Amino acid sequence: MFDNSFPNSILNNNISSLKNSPFMCNGDNFSAVAEKTGHKYKQITEDDIENLKKICSSDRVYAREGINEDYTHDEMPEYGKFAPEVVIEAISTDEISKIMRYAYENNIPVTPRGSGTGLCGGSVAIHGGILLSLVRMNKVLEFDEENLTITVEPGLLLMDLIKIVSERGLMYPPDPGEKSATIGGNVMTNAGGMRAVKYGVTRDYVLALTVVLANGEVLKVGGKVVKNSSGYSLKDLLIGSEGTLGIVTEITLKLIPAPKKVVSLLVPFENLDACIETVPKIIKSKAVPTAIEFMQREVIEAAEIYLGKKFPDKSSDAYLLLTFDGNSVKEIEEIYENVANICLEAGAVDVFISDTEERQESIWSARGAFLEAIKSSTTGMDECDVVVPRNKIAEYVKYVNKLEKEHGLRIRTFGHAGDGNIHVYLCKDELTDDIWKEKCSRIMKALYDKAIELGGQVSGEHGIGHSKIPYLKESIGDTAMSLMQGIKKVFDPKGILNPGKVCR
Amino acid sequence: MLNILVCIKQVPGTSKVEVDEKTGVLKRAGVESKMNPYDLYAIETALWIKEKIGGKITAVTMGPPQAESIIRESYMLGVDEGYLITDRRFAGADVLATAYTLYMGIKTIGEFDLIICGKQTTDGDTGQVGPALAEYLNIPHVTWVKSIEKADEKNIIVEQDMAESTAIVKLSYPCLITVDKDIMQPRLPSYRKKLKTKNKPVQIITFEDLADNNENNYGLSGSATKVERIFPPETNVKQVMMEGNPEELAENILDILKQIIQDPNLPR
Repeated sequence: MFDNSFPNSILNNNISSLKNSPFMCNGDNFSAVAEKTGHKYKQITEDDIENLKKICSSDRVYAREGINEDYTHDEMPEYGKFAPEVVIEAISTDEISKIMRYAYENNIPVTPRGSGTGLCGGSVAIHGGILLSLVRMNKVLEFDEENLTITVEPGLLLMDLIKIVSERGLMYPPDPGEKSATIGGNVMTNAGGMRAVKYGVTRDYVLALTVVLANGEVLKVGGKVVKNSSGYSLKDLLIGSEGTLGIVTEITLKLIPAPKKVVSLLVPFENLDACIETVPKIIKSKAVPTAIEFMQREVIEAAEIYLGKKFPDKSSDAYLLLTFDGNSVKEIEEIYENVANICLEAGAVDVFISDTEERQESIWSARGAFLEAIKSSTTGMDECDVVVPRNKIAEYVKYVNKLEKEHGLRIRTFGHAGDGNIHVYLCKDELTDDIWKEKCSRIMKALYDKAIELGGQVSGEHGIGHSKIPYLKESIGDTAMSLMQGIKKVFDPKGILNPGKVCR
Repeated sequence: MLNILVCIKQVPGTSKVEVDEKTGVLKRAGVESKMNPYDLYAIETALWIKEKIGGKITAVTMGPPQAESIIRESYMLGVDEGYLITDRRFAGADVLATAYTLYMGIKTIGEFDLIICGKQTTDGDTGQVGPALAEYLNIPHVTWVKSIEKADEKNIIVEQDMAESTAIVKLSYPCLITVDKDIMQPRLPSYRKKLKTKNKPVQIITFEDLADNNENNYGLSGSATKVERIFPPETNVKQVMMEGNPEELAENILDILKQIIQDPNLPR
């Protein structure tokens, strides 16, 4: 179903030499990439496999035919499939340290990976080598209720973390949509999510990290402190580094007391313009919702089909979904009534109130399924995750709609209107491969150009991986890119940590 | 014009309510309340019928004064008129006394073509108030309705979920149905309607308004159920693997059932 050669046409960079080679780990094309990136990696031999099996237990080391096809891609196989030479399921910091030392001495690339739910090819071993799966490292190491922190291993799933902390009346505020992602993956991409408006993103809740460096050395950065002015923040460099600077093996997160009550407002508008234009008015009112999401009827209908469940209202073309939290219904009511009035004045058809578990479930289960619903509605997909200043969202979304009409290609958007992060999905549908590639390439360029023109950034929360590097280069410029490459070199002089990602 | 009545109830706002094992009382302190989720399906069904063939929807609830909030909420959904049956003397009612009180209350409100209840509540879970009310009113009823095939000014045709089979039943008004979850997706309360119905009265019915003024027929004294002890269900589900031929297995299961029945913790 997916065209593996597709990314080459839009990337037009080093990886283009991989054209039509979905499963590359050995052979000429692989060497060609290595040469172009200035690194010659060692091809893994039977001896290497045996040595790695000695470091770990042999039942957690998979080689060649034993490697599951899932490991060749993330959630976007459209960006190419690349088979690692070895997959290792690590279980401890010590083990990872030994693996890294071995990889460092033997010049073998290592790509860390959580659940593989990324959308930019970040956890795909595009240079072969070792794919280091961290999913078995999913333990809670410490729950410190005096400091309101939890220390966990990186493979813990977000959904499990949420469950564990909420059972104790606490909350881990970042709320990325993909709950089957690992917390390690969230930290490595600085995942955002649906509560960023009020609470911020993953970075704001990471207090400390244990990290294995390229040469196998183990380093602890940060600590259970509220303040910290002690030199460069290495912790913050590591967050969002997508495994290019080190392998995170322990994470200490900050928690907050869970708000007792959550109420959402579902606000229908006759058209998207009126809907989006209301957002800056809400922000200006100084109300602090935890989330402001926007969605259109087509996406809601796709979610209904995908889930086989009805959404409470779909009589209108466009919707805002706002969430407020607090300690009592009365407290929240006072805040949301003000916002509800702003919405009505701005032309909202009505304001629907979702104030019980059942009502929240009927709305948010649909919201959580949008990505998968769009994916299942088409034959192929490309996505962009730009973030623009919040007062530019209306302009940006209108521009996306204009592109849809101009290019005759189905585009679906939804996203976090409250923080300016918009998810745009191009749908291949019945288009032929050639037309799809051609249109995609032009629309993607236009989408990124427009975001930058409006003062935005390439990625709000999905990261760069290998698929978004050209757009990042164009957006941040040579100086910033050189600084990133310099930092990378200091951390990883041999270029073995997740090579070909972020700032190749 | 079809005259529809919906019976609703206020229940604890979360499924995680704890039971005080000593007193057997729900720990309601600090717990928000909400409308019984099944009743939202009942209201949605009523609104759907009204939108199709016209009519008037009245909501009625029995409960403490604060239950007025669920009548207000029903106004936000589109209900036309609401009644709260409330009196200290109604407190502690079981299904029988509740159904009787509702019956007496409804008699003071007027006559209805169609009465819709939720299949059950999420606190009591008995599912008996609807049918008992129909018996007092001496009208036919159908429980567990999972869809409405057709409704017009004279009859309603419903699909009843019998677990193993489905019954299609045609009822002439007046009649009562209890509706199951997912009969249709309940709409959300409207803020516009909230503003519009801010001053709309909720009619109060007390003991004095009822035709039967014998206190012994209401509340705790009118209840046939005597509660000896309430305790939360055990959360630890025990699993036992048994092997053997069918006869042996049947014997084993019978032994286990006997043990359970002899458990002194079970109410007699």
